Amino acid sequence: MSIWHEYVQKEGTVPEWPYAVNYDKVNEIISDVLVVGGGLAGVRAAISAAQAGARVVLADAGHAKRSGSGGAGVDHWHGACTNPCSKVTPEEYTKGCYDSMHGYMGAHVRYIITRESWDSLLECEKWGMRIRDVEDEFKGAEFRDEETKLLFAYDYDNRHILRVWGYNVKPVIYREAQRLGVNIQNRICITSLLTEGGKQGTRVVGATGVNTRTGEFYIFRAKATIIATGGAGRLFQFVPELTASSSMSDMSSAGVGHAIGWKAGAELVLMEKTGPATLSGFGYAPYSMGNAGNTYHGVPVIDANGKEVPWVDAFNHTIETIEGRFRCGPGQKFQLGIGIGISNYLPEYQQNDPVHDLPDRIRKGEFVLPFYIDLTRMSEHERRVLWGMMVGNEGKTRIPIYETLNKAGFDPDKDMLQAPVMTLEGYLSSCFWAARANTPPHYRAGGGAYLVDWDLKTSLEGLYAASGSTAYGGGCHGESHATGRYAGKRAAEFVRTAPDPVADPGQIEAERRRVYSSVHQDKDGIGWKEINQAIARVMQDYCGKYKNERTLNMGLRLLREIRETELACACVSNPHELGRLMECSSLIDFGEVMMCASLARKASNSILDFHRLDYREMDPQEWNKLLPIKQVNSEIKTRELPLDYFLKAPFASTYEENYTVHTGKETSK
Amino acid sequence: MSKKIYMVPNPPTPNRALAFDPDVCLGCNSCVDVCPTDVLMPNPETGKPPIVLYPEECWYCGGCVEECPCTGAITMIHPASQRISMNWKRKSSGELFRVGMKNPPAPNNKPPSG
Repeated sequence: MSIWHEYVQKEGTVPEWPYAVNYDKVNEIISDVLVVGGGLAGVRAAISAAQAGARVVLADAGHAKRSGSGGAGVDHWHGACTNPCSKVTPEEYTKGCYDSMHGYMGAHVRYIITRESWDSLLECEKWGMRIRDVEDEFKGAEFRDEETKLLFAYDYDNRHILRVWGYNVKPVIYREAQRLGVNIQNRICITSLLTEGGKQGTRVVGATGVNTRTGEFYIFRAKATIIATGGAGRLFQFVPELTASSSMSDMSSAGVGHAIGWKAGAELVLMEKTGPATLSGFGYAPYSMGNAGNTYHGVPVIDANGKEVPWVDAFNHTIETIEGRFRCGPGQKFQLGIGIGISNYLPEYQQNDPVHDLPDRIRKGEFVLPFYIDLTRMSEHERRVLWGMMVGNEGKTRIPIYETLNKAGFDPDKDMLQAPVMTLEGYLSSCFWAARANTPPHYRAGGGAYLVDWDLKTSLEGLYAASGSTAYGGGCHGESHATGRYAGKRAAEFVRTAPDPVADPGQIEAERRRVYSSVHQDKDGIGWKEINQAIARVMQDYCGKYKNERTLNMGLRLLREIRETELACACVSNPHELGRLMECSSLIDFGEVMMCASLARKASNSILDFHRLDYREMDPQEWNKLLPIKQVNSEIKTRELPLDYFLKAPFASTYEENYTVHTGKETSK
Repeated sequence: MSKKIYMVPNPPTPNRALAFDPDVCLGCNSCVDVCPTDVLMPNPETGKPPIVLYPEECWYCGGCVEECPCTGAITMIHPASQRISMNWKRKSSGELFRVGMKNPPAPNNKPPSG
């Protein structure tokens, strides 16, 4: 007996809510630094702020030991440009990302990442995560450095991407945060930021939240607040019955961190950016099937008759050997690798792939479906490092994939894993299980974030952004360690001289009334799931691939309608549902910012995947700029900012100089 | 046939997400404590396995299994639509296998690297 239905049929009763519920209880917690979100970036921010002597409280919607997109492990670490084997400098790597994104990326944040990603990884090693082949399992492999015992991924020439045994990364950093005395508050859904005088645009002095097990209200007062939350995976698509096992977003991915900043008057940027919904799995468990992307990079893909699909470099030169798939081609100094938080690559930085015209070749009969991957064609080292090291340590692979498939009898020494059978366009990208071919044509939010300076400070005093999703220029796994760690230090410096946080009682009381309006079930209302689906429908329809001023304004109107009707009379049965409903409220805020930002950009833009039907010209030069957006007294304000604002006054003109000034470090030269 | 039948809603999809082995599970609720999306609830009866209350919120991260002090107490069960997608072919014999099949091949007990 494992599920609720079995319990009810056997016991003949409905089980009582297992936690004591008290919607009237108010808890107040005071600290120097409050971290909102306990994923990788949040825990790293909490650790570095605590190391700097600050009293730190961390509030997480789930449980900080396992939560967040990176909570389920990691098999490779990007941007470790300062590791002793790397042949790529932080400047080169940063330029590669910035140029690939045609300037639509916070390159200052990327520079900070590449300066500190390796240091962040060394700390993980110190705390108990394995990053070296100390057992000499891969001795003599071409992806191993014999002296340091580091293993490299994707680009064996340049050695800036490391393979790591990170299945336990989250418990490791969680224990360190505990050891340093961080006050970790789990199961807290943050609902708002507190601001000085309760006004938009003033200093942030803490936050409010609700415990999703007890229903109790929390007031956090802090001199500095760090936003380290994730994206808004539930905003554009909400079909949890089908998509719960998506790669990067769990159910708590509701854009809460963006939403509370928007309400507090902080400036956000590139909220108009969208993209095709590739990774939110509509069908296949991440990493569960034959493919040659990401963790499976380089593996031979063969068709039903055993015929192997050739590999090419970014310029379509054929690559003859398996080893060559991990090497730079002519015209490339280094490859960036995928999964680093950018959505476009210039060919000179792009990695090798199976032939780029695979769908056409299948259509013409050159290959017969289904495809398989044949690990037996790889060397023993390559096979073991792929199935056993990478699949075995990557997020959501140790138990869900490695253990599940091995227990079921799969043996990479003997067997070929089948790829999905799908619409041919699905084979365009080598990461077949994440192909969007068998899914509805969905869109998703694409990377809008807080506008941050060289301290990762937002436009509001006392408010910092630390994660891949919330800091403009952030990335994925290793990047979140680096930015979290950096933001924690800067916030700790700020609180040394910051005045005590004084919260506004009126603001707190109004928020409390808002949060608990749904617990009174006398309004014939609906619950959070149906409301979430309605929000996603509005976003798909009115903020999808094609937009114009009318449809965007209609979408805004409908979001506000949902807030005033369905959300206003919504009801919940317990604190869990209350938390999910409050997340729906954040989703509406997130959607509003996206639509307002989309209205402000009166030009189509290919890098932002932004298509205005009333401004059809693509990439007009005069719109090559950022349009930060915020609320002032509830009115929407946008301004213009150059793409490279972080190298313009008041900042210095080089990455190195800014980094040195803001970290107090010696120059590296 | 005296057993009562109760009014319950249709089971949510996916139905299970996890299975607990009551002979192995201690009912310590370590999995309940750490689940990032709070899918599980403690059993009203102390010492009994937790109850899967919100299977459609499961992220299939495996954190519960890793956290569990008793090997084999929790088994992750992918949704049926994903189980039937995990197929493989034995190179030597051409036999076809899948996760969840009736007569599975012998398990591969090789532990992950590290």
